[in-house]
Formats: sequence, structure tokens, C-alpha cells
Amino acid sequence: MLSLTCPCCGITAEETEFAPGGEAHLKRFGPGSSDEDFESYLFARKNPKGVHFERWRHAYGCGKWFLAARDTNTLEVFATYKAQTSEPPADVIAKIKAKRPDWEGYK
Amino acid sequence: MKRYSIFAVAREALRYHSGWERAWRSPEPKKRYKVIVVGAGGHGLATAYYLGKVHGITDVAVIEKGWLGGGNTGRNTTIIRSNYLQDPSAAIYEKARSLYEDLSQDLNYNVMFSPRGLLMLGQTEHEVRGYKRTVHANRLQGIDTEWIGPEQVKELVPIINIDGPRYPVLGALLQKRGGTARHDAVAWGYARACSAMGMDIIQKCEVTGVRTEGGKVQGISTTKGEIDCEQLAIVVAGHSSVMAEMAGFRLPIESVALQAWVSEPIKPCMDVVVMANTVHGYMSQSDKGEMVIGGGTDGFNNYTQRGSWHHVEETTRALVETFPIISRLKMLRQWGGIVDMTGDRSPILSKTPVEGIFVNCGWGTGGFKAIPGSGFAMAELIARGHSPLTDEFGLDRFREGRFIDESVAAGVAH
Repeated sequence: MLSLTCPCCGITAEETEFAPGGEAHLKRFGPGSSDEDFESYLFARKNPKGVHFERWRHAYGCGKWFLAARDTNTLEVFATYKAQTSEPPADVIAKIKAKRPDWEGYK
Repeated sequence: MKRYSIFAVAREALRYHSGWERAWRSPEPKKRYKVIVVGAGGHGLATAYYLGKVHGITDVAVIEKGWLGGGNTGRNTTIIRSNYLQDPSAAIYEKARSLYEDLSQDLNYNVMFSPRGLLMLGQTEHEVRGYKRTVHANRLQGIDTEWIGPEQVKELVPIINIDGPRYPVLGALLQKRGGTARHDAVAWGYARACSAMGMDIIQKCEVTGVRTEGGKVQGISTTKGEIDCEQLAIVVAGHSSVMAEMAGFRLPIESVALQAWVSEPIKPCMDVVVMANTVHGYMSQSDKGEMVIGGGTDGFNNYTQRGSWHHVEETTRALVETFPIISRLKMLRQWGGIVDMTGDRSPILSKTPVEGIFVNCGWGTGGFKAIPGSGFAMAELIARGHSPLTDEFGLDRFREGRFIDESVAAGVAH
């Protein structure tokens, strides 16, 4: 079972306390954008086998959204961090690099 | 290939079964094929089979990184049905179901198709209305389904509790020609038939790259060397995004874990398949006597082929409510598979941005039932560049908003 630490309230709990919210750091394209951008914002996903940045909500806790860096191939959680950022912070990247030297970095 | 028959069994019985030959060859890959199919699961092998049988294309290799039928083909709950709401879905799933009817004869391999009947329980007013709508749609589509009342449900399934502590059974959608088949045999039967047509099935050969030039596919790199091809079919279910990344495009797919489990074997007690979608579980009894149980997917991206325990608990709890008799059964095995989910819960059978590459993916939680129809349609798409069965399932439907929305159509389990 997956354990996550909520960066908003600091509580570590099992996955049943959280609700998954899909890929993180999506750039929103709204009215006036091209069909291609709008389609990729809505549907195209990286869905990597390996390091994945994703959204979670502490549904049965503080209720806040936060982000997590996790390996989809091992379920290892590298870090969780606050959602108010458009890309993963440097310390999260460093934590992943330390454990996955071959990782090609955030794209 | 020697045909299997009653005479073959008798002949081998008289000579200590020394004359059985291997069901399929395991050759080394050639340098070049006309068509390469990646993924030797049911869908990949069926695609290769119908390419040869219907379209006469036998210069085909089926590449598999693990062992044949070891992915979702060997991990599902073997249920076959075609009671979908939307016309394109009903067409391809009914094509598959009808091909299952005589697949054993077609392949000369017993796939043990058992059209024992399939019930989808209506346990809320909304669900009842949804299923009645599906029955009407199925009638227009020429698919034989009917709505039955709770007494008839109890008659068909004596072990069911129709009064339910939470959700009483208000009726059910019955598809009499739905049922189950032996999942491994489907893969093995197709593999044997493909091999007999001269196709190469190459196991333990992982694809590490896709070579393209000027927007056209040239071949693939594998752990057994470079292989060239004119056309490439990606039929790899949960790993579709990984293969698409190699080929340089993205898919509207997310991979999640779906689990199933079986009880210890018991005497025959239920000869239909029962799906209870409101409480979220489904169950059938295998020929060995095990109760085969499936439930819901995890919500997060996952490639580990194991799921979260709380799903096992939730589904088992729901089914114990529905079938009190199973409350003291021991669970024998549990396993997980990685399913490829699309936004509208319908599959993608399509050309791709790279010329010569085709994808067959997105079957999500319900791929086994579709194997023959999916292979038949995919082969037509590859050989002719177009198939009436795949027209609506193109990748472009996401851009154009032409969804085949089965996720809210109440015709599916997930």
C-alpha cells in the first residue's frame, strides 16, 4: 500500500486517505488556443514507466491538493510538495536524481 | 501442423503420447518482415491471425518481451459480452462475441467458449433505467439482450441474495449468449494457428526503440537485434504510452492496475456470470470450481502489475453482501494487470502520426471479450488502410470531440 505525506498538514497516511488527481504541471489551454494544444491539455498524457509527477488531494484529512513525485514502476515516492508551483522545485529534482541517476530530468 | 482431433487423441493414447508436436515454433527473428506486431497477447496474435487468414499477409512477426499471453490475456476474468450502449462499441464487441462462437472450430483449438449467460444487476433506479435503455439500444443493434425481474434473477442464480442489506436486486440485464472462455487457450490457439501459417512468434524479445525516417516507420530495435518492417502494429495494452514515446507521439492513455482473484474451488453453484456494478464486483465460477472475482481499478498511474489491497476488501465485501454463501471461502490467488484507460473508456484502433504505425490499445478493463473482433478489425485496418469497425475508434476523435462514451453509459463495469 502506498503511503504519502501531505506537505500541507504534515500527516503521513495510507493511500485510502488520499484521492489521486492525475498528471501534475499541466499547462492549461482554454478558448482561443489551437485544437492541438487543447487536445493535448485535455487528453494526451505522459504516462511514463518511471518518474511521474502527479496531483493528490488529502481527501480525508486537511482537504488540500498537493503534488507528488513517484516512480510508477516501483511505487516509490521520492517527495511530496505544495501545488503552488508550475514545475517541480529543485530540491525535489535533486532527490529524484540521487535515487535515479539515469533519469533524463523533467520535460 | 498436425490437426487436433479425437483420432489424434486415440492415436497418441496408443503410443504413450510421444507424437504431440510443439504448438508453435520459437524462431530467431529475420532481418525484415512486412508487418511486425508488438505484443503477443490475445489482441496482437488475433491481429496477426486475421492478417494471414483474411488478407493473405503471412510475412508477419509477433514480438513479445515476456511470454506469450503473459500480460492481461492471462490476468483477466475471462468474461465475454457485447451489451454495450453505443453503436460503434456494440458493433466491434458483437463481432468479437460472434467470432468466439466458433473460434474453437476455426482455430482447431478448444478455447472452451461457454455462452452460459451473463447478468448485470440493476440495484438502483438509475441503474435500472440505464440498463433498460441499453436493452432497447441492443435491440436496434441486433444484439440479443433482455431485461428480467428479480424473481427470474433468483431463479437463474439461486445463491444470490436479492433483498440485499444495502441495495436490493431490482432486476437484471441478461445476455444469454454472453459467458466465458479459457483465456490462455485463446492466446495459445491463435499462436498455434499463426505459427502454422508461417508467422514468427518471438518471445523474450523486448522492443527498445522504434526507427522512423521522414515520418515513416523503418523498423524496430530489440534485445534480439534490429528488425525492419513496412508496417508496425503496437498492441501492448498497459505499455502503449511507453511504445508511443519511442515512436515520438503521445496517446490519451493512462495506465492503472486492475486486480482479480479466485477462491478455493467448490462444487458447481453458479452457472452464469453476475456483474453487480453498483456495489462494484463481478463473479463467475470457473470450470475448476473457483469463484473468479474482479472489482475496480486503482486511481493512480501504475506499472507494477499489483494493485492496492483496499480494492480487494471493497469488492469482496460487496460480493459477500450479494452472495452470502461465499463469506467463508478462502481466497486462493490474487493478481494484477496494467490496463490502458482512455478518457471515454473506449478503445483506440487507429493510424498514428507516423506513417506505417498503427495502434490498438485503450481496451482498458474489458479487452479479453474483444480479442477476436479487435484482431479482425485491426487486420483490416492494416491491410486495407480502413475498416468499418475501426472508423469511429480513431485517435482523432479526441481532438474532434466524437467520444464513444461508455464511461457514463452504464453498460460497463468501470
